[in-house]
Amino acid sequence: MPDVSWLALSAALVLVVVAVVLSSWRRLGLERSIVWAAGRAAAQLFAVGAVLVWLLDPGRSLGWSWCWVGVMLVSAAIIVRARAPEIPRVIPMALVAFAAALVVALAVLFGLGIFELEPRTLIPLAGLTIGNAMTATVLVARRLYDGIRDQHAEVEARLALGQHSTEAARPYVRQALRTALIPQIETTKAVGLVALPGTMTGLIIAGIEPWEAVKVQLAVMYLVLGATATTTAVIALGVQRRLFTRDHRLVRMPRAPDEG
Amino acid sequence: MWRWSVAKAVVGARDSCIDLFTFEHVRVDGADGPRLVDADGAVPGSGVTVVTGPSGSGKSTLLRLCNRLEVADAGRVLHRGDDVMALDPLQLRRRVGMVFQRPTPFPGTVRDNLRVAMTVGDADASALLEQVGLDAGFLDRRADELSAGEAQRMCLARTLVTEPDVLLMDEPTASLDDENVRLVEQLTCDMARSGVAVLWVTHDREQLRRIADAVVVVRAGRMTRIGTDDA
Repeated sequence: MPDVSWLALSAALVLVVVAVVLSSWRRLGLERSIVWAAGRAAAQLFAVGAVLVWLLDPGRSLGWSWCWVGVMLVSAAIIVRARAPEIPRVIPMALVAFAAALVVALAVLFGLGIFELEPRTLIPLAGLTIGNAMTATVLVARRLYDGIRDQHAEVEARLALGQHSTEAARPYVRQALRTALIPQIETTKAVGLVALPGTMTGLIIAGIEPWEAVKVQLAVMYLVLGATATTTAVIALGVQRRLFTRDHRLVRMPRAPDEG
Repeated sequence: MWRWSVAKAVVGARDSCIDLFTFEHVRVDGADGPRLVDADGAVPGSGVTVVTGPSGSGKSTLLRLCNRLEVADAGRVLHRGDDVMALDPLQLRRRVGMVFQRPTPFPGTVRDNLRVAMTVGDADASALLEQVGLDAGFLDRRADELSAGEAQRMCLARTLVTEPDVLLMDEPTASLDDENVRLVEQLTCDMARSGVAVLWVTHDREQLRRIADAVVVVRAGRMTRIGTDDA
């Protein structure tokens, strides 16, 4: 396994300097953002690394890993709230969606014996599931909310014809789900043709045989696809229910603070 | 059509002498203050009743209470004596049809649009189009390629699919040219004569004189005048 020394790692900062110099040269005004992002990423990863060292200690109980999964779940839900503040009561909805994705993904991966259930597999796989579920949640929630808000006249025209709110929302739900799933499907189709995917790259650099890396990568890609599909279905249902009253009226929908 | 008799039995199309809608001290709150303050009065059971008043006075809100696209924060709205809150909203909306200010064609063809509320065959769809002055050739046209006048008439035909006994018209001619304004007015008045009660929002006084059998004036969230003469 290659060993990256601290000195070698600090040499990688040269690449950050390149980005800063380019930003300054082209007057992009992104120098502070680049430095902040690089510094924050380092701080976060060192912190997570320290936690992982503790969690992956051979004598540590698996229960601690589940606790960490719980922390990831709550953190992801809070991040969703920050990225989609206009969606009413989004935190409980996101928690349900993430939990659904986790149950489906982990039941398949561990239940069918694809991976052995241990801290070393549970934490990264749960992290991958929740991370992708989080991105999909924000995308679907905002897309569905914006679609129904922007087309509220059409939605109300459907309701005025006596359509059930589920029927009235169906075209926008379909569109939001397609928007979230198509990039994932395209990524799955194109994998390996242009760039090697992250998991596989990491494993190969770490000295794992390419065939082993391919198998792990495939399992991960299917995990991400399944998790995204599960999350988007749950979140679309949740958002739709938030946007209509029980008697099939559209709720008042304010714009997001960052919109005009 | 069997749906017609079932729906009528549920919502209760009764003697036209009973008021079409009765507003009992209705208040509707909005984000920027109340939109209706103490709306109190009745709308006659037949003919064309025009709801008029200045912009922002609460005319559209009054109309939207009638098919429960909005609900009152205080007070009651009765439809032919029944509290609308006690009625199934989906059944109510099929009996109390609505045409909006701007045409709202749905994606797809005119035929697709006419089938949104319920499945209709081509013969019935063609008859509906004819009723609003469009021929059967429009069935295969893309709804989003119609002119504003054609689209609004298609929306009227789409509303008529469920055979409503009340039509709510929320400034339906605001975006139409003169020819289409007169066409939609004529079609609606014909329907009123055939027994469909019409509630029509406008602030156009000339239009009011042309079509009104009764007038409701709304000012600052209150029904200030109800009568059979013009405003």
